[in-house]
Amino acid sequence: MTIGVLALQGAFIEHQKMLKQLGVDSFQIRKANQLDQPMDGIILPGGESTTMYRILKDLNMVDKLKTIIESGLPTFGTCAGLLLLAKTVDNYKSDYLQTMDIEAKKNAYGRQLGSFKAVGKFNNSKDIPFVFIRAPYIVKVEKGVEVLARVDEKIVAARQENQLVTAFHPELTDDLTIHQYFVDMINNK
Amino acid sequence: MNKRYELNKELAQMLKGGVIMDVTNAEQAKIAEEAGACAVMALERIPADIRAAGGVSRMSDPKLVKEIQKAVTIPVMAKVRIGHFVEAQILEALEIDYIDESEVLSPADNIYHIDKTKFKAPFVCGAKNLGEALRRIEEGAAMIRTKGEPGTGDVIQAVIHMRQIQAEMRRMTSLSEDELFNEAKNLQVPYELLKYVKENGKLPVVNFAAGGVATPADAALMMQLGAEGVFVGSGIFKSGNPAKRANAIVKAVTNFDDPKILAEISEDLGEAMVGTNEEEINLLMSQRGE
Repeated sequence: MTIGVLALQGAFIEHQKMLKQLGVDSFQIRKANQLDQPMDGIILPGGESTTMYRILKDLNMVDKLKTIIESGLPTFGTCAGLLLLAKTVDNYKSDYLQTMDIEAKKNAYGRQLGSFKAVGKFNNSKDIPFVFIRAPYIVKVEKGVEVLARVDEKIVAARQENQLVTAFHPELTDDLTIHQYFVDMINNK
Repeated sequence: MNKRYELNKELAQMLKGGVIMDVTNAEQAKIAEEAGACAVMALERIPADIRAAGGVSRMSDPKLVKEIQKAVTIPVMAKVRIGHFVEAQILEALEIDYIDESEVLSPADNIYHIDKTKFKAPFVCGAKNLGEALRRIEEGAAMIRTKGEPGTGDVIQAVIHMRQIQAEMRRMTSLSEDELFNEAKNLQVPYELLKYVKENGKLPVVNFAAGGVATPADAALMMQLGAEGVFVGSGIFKSGNPAKRANAIVKAVTNFDDPKILAEISEDLGEAMVGTNEEEINLLMSQRGE
């Protein structure tokens, strides 16, 4: 199994380290032709969504990326990655990839002083650590989207068929639950 | 390690592979965000103008910081004078995303840096060598940048500092445990931090390049030398076409190891900042705060 990790900006190495612990190969995607390489899944990491989307546009990667996600490639977005996939962002005029039927709120917990750590259940798991860094959350989901985690009632993880998103950063913890869930998604495809 | 410090180090991890740009008003902040900056640094004057104006330079007017915070959704940073913990308290009250305890401003204290462990807001500090970097981290810095020589458009000092830090870290990885105790003494740094460097070959926090970056090639040079991201100060808004240059530098940091892309984005950027050679300047800001 090989997973491509979008490496335009942000915490992509952290995802690669998690995958390595699961014995999964990964490679970095920094330009359009790297989207043509064979891969079993793709990760859109945390970082700044405005930065990533500007680079995606400039390097002519938007249409290609949208096409491979819409064609069913297992896709995992964390934080900024969630915003890139969300159909709408309620407090920001988003023209991002918009492939997932969720409405997100950007910087939903405020600035850095609002960043926090919590523990919670993901898809009925045991309690696992959630790290929120200037994080978004999901305001609402449309039909066909499964809610996988909540913190204080707010939706912070969800899945729609091949697309998995978390508002928090599992790649910043030692807990492999969510990366394992993504690998299982690929295996059960 | 307390949770707040971890979260602050982790915000720096999210900035990696990005460009942090100096801006002096809301309009420039919007240009920077649109060009792909991963954060902006709110300043009343960019370093080149601080040099030109002379006199004492201080923390920005909170009004300016608030205007810039309103204008963009990316993180907003601002500078305080070395040792000026009250300026830092004020920025924290404004809910700033990162505080730069910076040699670009006039130092407020010639001995003590701010005790950054007392703050919830994260700090980034400049360093010329491994000793300075680890001392700042011990004081609570959650991110390090090279000092370089700000406001010059001359990358040589940033190169020297990045090479110095990287070379010292490589040397640490080859030391034996007992040699490490003596090295901690020589560098005047805590043994535990040095042990982390020995075991991991890197700093325990994210390390950016700063000070004199003016072109996409400069930014890519710093990335190839081991920087995890780049600060650009005067280089953008002192150039002929700020939006285009800013965007080119963003792409240069992403594809720092692809000369073909670097060639494309370096084309037709208009005039670069004129700059000053380091031997032409009287004030070496990097000597401030060791």
